[in-house]
Amino acid sequence: MSAGNGSGSGAGSAGNGHQATLRLRLRIWRQAGPDEPGAFLDVDAHDIPEDCSFLEMLDIVNERLIEHDVEPITFAHDCREGICGTCGVMINGRPHGPEKATATCQLHMRKFRDGDQIVIEPFRAASFPVVKDLMVDRRAFDRIIESGGFISAPTGTAPDANEIPVPKDVADFAMDAAACIGCGACVAACPNSAAQLFTAAKLGHLNVLPQGQPERWRRAEAMVETMESFFGSCTNHGECTEACPKEISLDFIAVLNRDYLKAKVKNRRLASQA
Amino acid sequence: MAQTVAPPETAERVPPLRRRRRELPWPLNIYQTAVGKKYVMAVTGVGLLAFVIVHMIGNLHLYEGPTQINEYAEALRDLGGHLVPRTLILWVMRIGLLAMFVLHIHSAWSLKEISRRSSPRANWVSGNKRYAGGQDYVAVNFASRTMRWTGPIVGLYVLFHLADLTWGWWLGDDYIRGDVYHNVVESLSSIPVAIIYIVANVALSVHIYHGMWSAFQTLGVNNPRFNHLRRGLATVIAGAILVGNLSFPIMVQAGVVA
Repeated sequence: MSAGNGSGSGAGSAGNGHQATLRLRLRIWRQAGPDEPGAFLDVDAHDIPEDCSFLEMLDIVNERLIEHDVEPITFAHDCREGICGTCGVMINGRPHGPEKATATCQLHMRKFRDGDQIVIEPFRAASFPVVKDLMVDRRAFDRIIESGGFISAPTGTAPDANEIPVPKDVADFAMDAAACIGCGACVAACPNSAAQLFTAAKLGHLNVLPQGQPERWRRAEAMVETMESFFGSCTNHGECTEACPKEISLDFIAVLNRDYLKAKVKNRRLASQA
Repeated sequence: MAQTVAPPETAERVPPLRRRRRELPWPLNIYQTAVGKKYVMAVTGVGLLAFVIVHMIGNLHLYEGPTQINEYAEALRDLGGHLVPRTLILWVMRIGLLAMFVLHIHSAWSLKEISRRSSPRANWVSGNKRYAGGQDYVAVNFASRTMRWTGPIVGLYVLFHLADLTWGWWLGDDYIRGDVYHNVVESLSSIPVAIIYIVANVALSVHIYHGMWSAFQTLGVNNPRFNHLRRGLATVIAGAILVGNLSFPIMVQAGVVA
């Protein structure tokens, strides 16, 4: 993660003059550090090209702030192609903004209208402390992954491809879960700040595959309990799925609940229940 | 910035909000976790829902007339026939209901507190997170957002309902123990009482509409074959309870039951 003062695509003005441009009234959350008070900064963002992405729009704003000797706005970003899960801000009260199944970096300014007001705020949860401005610390997710997001695999020569048969439906189901990029939009969207969808996606992708079976029940127990030490309790609103840039289904949460209870009941000293 | 190495003390920069207390013996340790509490909430919710359905259907005897509903009430005391002491089974059911109520409320309260402590600027009453710039909800509905309001409304109503028709606190001389028909008509013919019953039963149905669907999810009852039916089933049951329970105050007020 690096501060967003980078890849300035359209420094200054709209450039060639052929592009349609927008004038936006931005309200951007500014906060100097984790324990500092924060407040909205109003920015008049004029001449924003319609074709630029939301992050490129922030780049343009930052270039102008630098020109005026104002410290640029810090925001997290990395791949800018919707696959890394680094970016993510609340845009007009929705994580990643109004477009369904779209990460902040893939949201384009043509989805907004000239004159719109856009409120930009960091993802909020007690376990997502603000590092600075729009950037939050999501290492609580790393703690969940560490506690069980792995499989045991023999080292040595690579196994032959497709050596372990996996039914197509199961592979599809696991792949749907594995689509999670860990951006934290589910926690941001949840009124309870619960991380059920993230944890369910990680559990779902490993627990249904044959490779994930040796640790299945230990994983369910460890990941759910680590999650609970950081995040709130799910009330099945379904707000997370709507916010998810990868449209992870609420069904995975049902699988999490089922696997967790089974894990609490099983006798792991029996090979059949390990 | 690849050349800089992260200082080691940053590893715990985001400490857990809560650490587990001493683990109780199985199965009590399940209730120590949030998902376990949620299970208990779902299971007790299903139990209480079963009671609500049976209670509503039983009350339909009101439309058959005084003899029938009074016989029905008497039969509840005689459940088990001559095999068990009179009212024993009724009392077992009452104690079971009370236990389910206590667990349902305790789990709801503690889960709300977990969520409140996990959420910045959370409201103490609802426990929900607030954004400084406001949040634009997409999936929540009125029922899911008001569970923490409809729940207490139903809880208070249950106490009112017991005081009204089981203990007869304010009907005074008009309360005749065992004459269910008379007591119901006497109580519900008062307009303020009828309004309380109507408001509380609307809250109950709204609570069930989200609660029942939510219970499927919490209990992990999830299968692509019938997932699309879950919302429909919750709607039908909440609707049936609404129509059945609202009919009593309305019909008494309308003079159909007198």
